[in-house]
Amino acid sequence: MNVPVPERNPVIVHVDPDRCCGAGQCVLAAPEVFDQHEEDGTVLLLDPRPPAALAREVADAATACPGGAIRLEEGTPR
Amino acid sequence: MATAATTAHPAPRGTCPFAPPPAYQQARRDTPVTRVTLWDGTPCWLVTRHQEARALLADPRFSADAARPGFPFLSAAARHIGAGKTSFIRMDDPEHGRLRRMLTGDFTIRRTAALRPAVQQAADDLFDAMTTGRATADLVAEFALPLPSLVICLLLGVPYQDHEFFQRCSRTLLRRDSPIAEVVAAQDELTAYLDALTERKRTEPDDAILSRLAARGELPTEDIGAMGRLLLIAGHETTANMTALSVLALLRHPEQLAHLRAHPEATPAAVEELLRWLSIVQTGVTRVATEDAEIGGVLIRAGEGVICQINTANRDERRYPDGDALDLTRDTRQHLAFGFGVHQCLGQPLARLELEIALDTLLRRLPGLRLAVPFEEVRFRHEMTVYGVESLPVAW
Repeated sequence: MNVPVPERNPVIVHVDPDRCCGAGQCVLAAPEVFDQHEEDGTVLLLDPRPPAALAREVADAATACPGGAIRLEEGTPR
Repeated sequence: MATAATTAHPAPRGTCPFAPPPAYQQARRDTPVTRVTLWDGTPCWLVTRHQEARALLADPRFSADAARPGFPFLSAAARHIGAGKTSFIRMDDPEHGRLRRMLTGDFTIRRTAALRPAVQQAADDLFDAMTTGRATADLVAEFALPLPSLVICLLLGVPYQDHEFFQRCSRTLLRRDSPIAEVVAAQDELTAYLDALTERKRTEPDDAILSRLAARGELPTEDIGAMGRLLLIAGHETTANMTALSVLALLRHPEQLAHLRAHPEATPAAVEELLRWLSIVQTGVTRVATEDAEIGGVLIRAGEGVICQINTANRDERRYPDGDALDLTRDTRQHLAFGFGVHQCLGQPLARLELEIALDTLLRRLPGLRLAVPFEEVRFRHEMTVYGVESLPVAW
């Protein structure tokens, strides 16, 4: 069987809604992975193990987060 | 700090009215953190580089609370405003977060995207009124200023018919050289107006923000009024000035304008580059250290004031190669035009939407858009906290 090799190691995404200031940067960077709570705009994690193809977008989201509410942990390929 | 004489803040701009003050550009090349002297003789730190400014704005050891000793005020007007009832822009967490979260739901990406048809309609109506049967107009007065004013009035539940009043107050409050008596009067008038409006919403509710804040029953009227004041001023001054200044910047860079006209789908990217390059919060963002902290190799002591000079940080060649060039195709990520840290602009999705629609509408419908006066006659807002142009006479 031909198993595709991921571009990079996939990451595990952790979010801390207490640190979130609702600026929406993560949704702009990676809408497949992050959304905002309807009531107070705080982060909603849609996919804690996003595909490797989204690694750059997820990294951008973590860097862009003004509250430091997104933490990335190196994962193993799923 | 016994060495060289320090620079005054704000320093004057040089020959290019779009560029940050040459003294600060030079300071950024020399060192990440420098020393400046404020209007009243107070010494203050100035952070000029991108990485250090970003780190500082995200650092909880630096407070946005104007009531703390040592907080730097950039004018007598700012000191008066800071001494009064301020809203969450001048608070720290957890109180800042508690108040801000009452509003973040109104400015999510999704909620803002849903406003697109209403903003486009407002832009089209203003455009038609400005252009029908005419060949010239002041873009500031007839388009750039009314568009965000209309939108923020709609969101807050403030009657747009009162726009001349609140725009006048806002101008006075944002002028660094306003006589203090005028600042006091403008602050009092705007506060009384928004407090009275909030009281009215308690008996005559609607679906807009002021009314919903009142209906929560958690906040006294004066707190809602202060939030309303913050949103009303921030909601129209910034986008109005960004719109007019963006148009002028594009007219002065014909190759960039041609690129944008050829690629209207690139408007959102163009908006980001214009935000970076223009960085209209020209006097920077102020903080005070709550404990000793090292930034860029400099020890900043507890109680010392700091200014993050956004416009130089956003042109820092370490992050943005050839940062002084306007290049609508560049990588603009992590620009600091909306600030950084937990105070980062709450309304940034709305600002982006308004700028995108404003530029798209003007460029799409006015293929012959041009300045109606010599560039040298355009008057820039050097005395204002938010940079821009006083008026922008255009023809098409």
